[in-house]
This record gives sequence, structure tokens and C-alpha cells, in this order.
Amino acid sequence: MDKFTRLTGVAAPLFRANVDTDAIIPSREMKRVSKEGLGEGMFADWRYSDVAARVENPDFVLNRLGYRKAPILLAGPNFGCGSSREHAVWALQDYGIRCVIAPSFGAIFQSNCVRNGILPLVLPEPAVAALATADRPQTLTIDLAAQTVRVPDGTELPFTIAPADKEMLLEGLDAIGITLKRLPAIQDFEGGYRARYPWLFF
Amino acid sequence: MARSLVEKLWERHCVADLGDGTDLLYIDRVLLHERTGSMALKGLKEQGRTVRRPDRAFVCMDHIVDTLPGRGDATVMPGGTAFIQETRAAAVEAGIRVFDIGDRGQGIVHVVSPEQGIALPGATIVCPDSHTCTQGGLGALAWGIGSTEAAHALATQTLVVKRPRTMRVRFEGALSPGVGAKDMVLHLIAAYGAGGGAGYAIEFAGSAVTALSVEGRMTLCNMAVEFAAWTGLVAPDAKTIDWVQGRPFAPKGDLWDRAVADWQELVSDAEAVFDKEIVLDAPSIAPTVTWGTSPQHAIPLTGHVPDPERAADANAAQAQRRALEYMGLLPGDALIGLPINGAFIGSCTNSRLSDLRAAAAVLKGRKVAAGVRAICVPGSTPVKAAAEAEGLHLIFQAAGFEWRESGCSMCFFAGGEHFGKGQRVVTSTNRNFENRQGPGTRSHLASPVTVAASAIAGHIADPRPLLGEA
Ligand code: SF4
Repeated sequence: MDKFTRLTGVAAPLFRANVDTDAIIPSREMKRVSKEGLGEGMFADWRYSDVAARVENPDFVLNRLGYRKAPILLAGPNFGCGSSREHAVWALQDYGIRCVIAPSFGAIFQSNCVRNGILPLVLPEPAVAALATADRPQTLTIDLAAQTVRVPDGTELPFTIAPADKEMLLEGLDAIGITLKRLPAIQDFEGGYRARYPWLFF
Repeated sequence: MARSLVEKLWERHCVADLGDGTDLLYIDRVLLHERTGSMALKGLKEQGRTVRRPDRAFVCMDHIVDTLPGRGDATVMPGGTAFIQETRAAAVEAGIRVFDIGDRGQGIVHVVSPEQGIALPGATIVCPDSHTCTQGGLGALAWGIGSTEAAHALATQTLVVKRPRTMRVRFEGALSPGVGAKDMVLHLIAAYGAGGGAGYAIEFAGSAVTALSVEGRMTLCNMAVEFAAWTGLVAPDAKTIDWVQGRPFAPKGDLWDRAVADWQELVSDAEAVFDKEIVLDAPSIAPTVTWGTSPQHAIPLTGHVPDPERAADANAAQAQRRALEYMGLLPGDALIGLPINGAFIGSCTNSRLSDLRAAAAVLKGRKVAAGVRAICVPGSTPVKAAAEAEGLHLIFQAAGFEWRESGCSMCFFAGGEHFGKGQRVVTSTNRNFENRQGPGTRSHLASPVTVAASAIAGHIADPRPLLGEA
């Protein structure tokens, strides 16, 4: 997994509430048992005026001048709600998005982000709304170690993140590998657990 | 100290406290399906890792498989065969039991797992699918995860999970006739918003929940995720225990007795404190239907589409405007009487035997209106068989419904079958998102009886008069 430390880039506003993972990657865009090429299908129903022919919708933010390939999304509350499909995160990643800033996230989506090197960054709704209403592309600098977002006027907005998530992103850690270090503890637990709840075992 | 049910289940599964409110939890069951499960198995294999407990993992073929009679590996969805065959091959290689096409136990994963006795009260159950919370209806701690986390659960039999806050949602009093679990949960989401449960594990309780059948409780818990909750559950009781007994994977003999003794303890202590508590008046809940593109856009069936000018704030107004445009509606439109093109009864929300019985009671001796495409997709092959044994399929077919093989079917659009652009569909499913049931398809979420009544009327209709006559 790619490490996430600092990121400077344009933030594209997509400030709608409850954007679901079906919208981020429509089911029909998940064509293969693979992560490859999902970026092309990202937001397909909004991004293309003719999805099949891939004709771009000029009004969609990521098709507008200065926002194309923006690495940061400014999103509305409950972003990534709905289906658990990790393809939504893989699509963002494949497109080049490294950070989504929103007032809140769908829980599964948020944890999928962390496991794929994308920073799900929570800022209060008025702060996201203020950034999202700027009339021209804005460049933000995100410093994960310092937990700050520097906005164009130089202000640094602090944000909070669960320490475990922060560490995983900063170090680009392999979560399974970390847990497997605890295998003796897991086995130990399992022994006692099995004695207490034997009907849960086959 | 008094503890809630969620806290009790959490404690019994806690392998290690990882600090910062995060624990390593022991996982009893890992479920997979062909759309996301294949990626989990593939990911593991690429890392050179194996499935630690293949006997406690299960694969269901449900999402991409066709539901047309005579189906096989070929799919209407372009490229679907590869998902089916790659998942099957990976599962077989890992030694995981597959509820495959043609298997008598096949069906939608969240219907199959409880029905087979794989889901049990008190168990932790995960699946790379957001509606895993359905299984909370049995008193299990069941939640949806991503494919990478599923690989973690398969490799370690554990997951790293942040402790949720606890919420109790109590529905008190008796439901009115014609009102069911689907109406209850739509009512809740409409009242508190699609983000209202964010960060919470919800225990559904109160006399109206106790009075629900176990299947109704699963419907209620199914939509906890549409409320943005981490999961939802209902404490197991005598009804649950009866429902589980004798199922293929349920414990037997002495183990059964020990399990029952344990399950009887699975309740929140009287003094337990919840981070949040909501109390709703069950008798005042009406049959509820969505008008828009979020489950929070739900109103009583007899109501009128809201006016964005009167929304709580600018964001809500903008969302409502978008929704009205997508749905082809105007502020003030009445829901009752809106002409429909399709009616769908199926999905992990409402496709169990009790749902089909309720819909059949409305359909009996009646016909679907001309021009309405009506489809019924039983939640599992056993549900289908049980329904056929009672002759329910004859009622559906005589009314003009298609009677399908089990699967997710047109609950979501993956490139295969769909209702078509601009088509208005009343559906017993759980998501009315834009394009969810097909590009441009307009979905109105409702209970199975409301779907059945609407199919007959040819427009959104109140099921209650028809139930009265039944
Ligand atoms: S029936 Fe629908 S909601 Fe349920 S698992 Fe299948 S696709 Fe998901």
C-alpha cells in the first residue's frame, strides 16, 4: 500500500450529501474481477453525458478546466454511503484521488480508504462548504503527521483522525501482517472461546 | 456495571485492546459472494496467504447470477461468467463451501446464512456486503466490510474494529394493520435522516419489535445501513430460538441445549445506558414509501412530495431538487395515484417466505394492471421451494407476476437486466439511489404489500383496503 504523508494539489468540489458508492462506481463499471481500469468508470453516470460512448459531460467538476486529475475531492456529508464495494475506493485511487475531505463518511467506505492509502479527512461541514464554494480551483496542502490542511490564504485547519488509521496511512502498513504478529494471542483466545461457545465451531 | 447487548457481544469477542477505542475482534463467520468475495480470495492468494478456517467461511452465488429459469454460468450481465467461475474456483481451492447455482441452498447471502443456521445469535458475522446487518435480526453482531477487510478476516479470523457508540431505537405500541417492518425502518430514516445512525450500533427494541416475526426483524436490521449505522440487531428471544432450531448448520443435541442457555442471557441489562435513545410511536406509523433518491426521502403513502423551498437548509433543498428532477416529480404531487411501469418483490430486505405470503394475500384473485412489469424473486432457493409447496407461485403467476429463480436480480443494476430509463418502479428493495435499478430508473421503496397493491392498481396504491377484504 502507498504511504500517505503530505499532499499538495487541487481540490475538486463535489459537495452533495449522501453520495453513495453506486454513484462513485456504478455496478456495470465493475467489469472484471480486478482493480484495473476502474478509474475510467468513476462517477460514470455524472461524468459522461453518454456513458457507453464515454462522451464527457462538460459540467461535471472533474471535466472542468483546472480540476481534471485533481487529487483531492471536497465532498458532502455521508460521502461513500451505501454498498460496501471497495471498487469505489479503487476507482478513486486509479483515477488519482488521494484524499477526500468531507463532513462525514459512510463507515465501510472510510475504512476501505484507509486500507488503500486514501486519506478520508473529516472537517466540519461549514469549513468544507466554504472551500467547496470557491469559484476557481484551489490548491490545498495536507500534512497527515501534523494533521493540518493548509488553505490558499495560508490558514491551517486542524483535523482529527483515529491514531490507528493515521499510522496505517503514514507507514503504508500491511494490516494482515500486523495482525498475524498476534497469532499466538489469537490462538490462545480461540482455545478459551471454543470451550465457552463450542456450538459456534463445526 | 450494567451493559447493553452490543457491549456484551463485543466483550466476548475481544481478543485484544489495540488502544484508542479500537479492538481486535474474533470473527465467527465470514461470508462471501461472487461480486466482491472473489477479490478477497484473489487478494489473499496474491499475498501467498491462506484461509485460516475454511469451515467457517461460506460463499453464495447471488449478485451476478441470472434469475431467469434454466440459468447457468452464462449471465445477461456482460462478463458476469468470469465473476462466477473465478469465485467458484477460488472457493473450491480454499476449501470453502459454495451455495452454487443449482444448489438447493442457493440464494441471497443474507437470506441463506440465517436460513441455513450459519448465522446464530451472539455470533460475529462479516461479509463484504453492506447489508450483512440483516443478520442482526437473529441477535448476531453482523456488519459489512470491504474486500480487503474480508481478506483480513479470512486470514486471521479477526478484524480490527473501532468500538461503535450504542443507540437503542424503541418502537413502542402495536403497529396498525397493513404496516410492517419495512414501513418502520423507512419511517425511522425519514425522521432522523440517512446519516442519523452514523457511528452507532443500534439495538432495535420495544413492544412493536418484540411483536415482529424473526423475518420482520431481519427486514428492520437490513436497512440499518441505510441509516448509516455500523450495524443493527434485535435481542434474541423464544421466537428466535424456535426459528433457528433444526436448521442445517445450527447446533444439535447437547450443544443445542448449551447454546439456548447462553442465548437466553443475550439481552441488554435493565440499567444499561446507551449513547443515544430514540423512541417512536408504532401505532402512528403509516405505510411508508419513498419519493426521492435517498431512503430518507420517505413519507406516508398518503402524503405529498415535499417542496424544496421548505427544506431545512440549502443543502437539503438542493438534494431535494435533484431528486425531484431525477424522479420526474413536482413539489406537492400525491404519491397515491402515481402511474407505475414496474413492480419488484425481492432482495435481502423483503423476499423471505413471510413477505411472499403477505404479497400473495393481496394478489390472490387479482390481476396486475396492464402495462406494469411485475417480478417476484424469492430470496433463496429454499424460500422458493417453500412458497411453491404452499402454491404461492400460482397466485403470483395468475396475477401476472414473473416468478424467478433466487438471487439479487433487479435489486441493483450491473449491466444486465433493468427496468429502463424513466421507468417508475415500486420495489421492496432497500436502495432508491439514482440508477440503482438501471440507468434512469425511478425506484420507490415500499413494503411487499404496498408493491403488490400498486402492481394491481397500476399506480402507487394503498394496500390496506385490499388487506381488509382478504
Ligand atoms: S439483494 Fe440487493 S441489497 Fe441485498 S445483497 Fe443483493 S444486491 Fe445487495
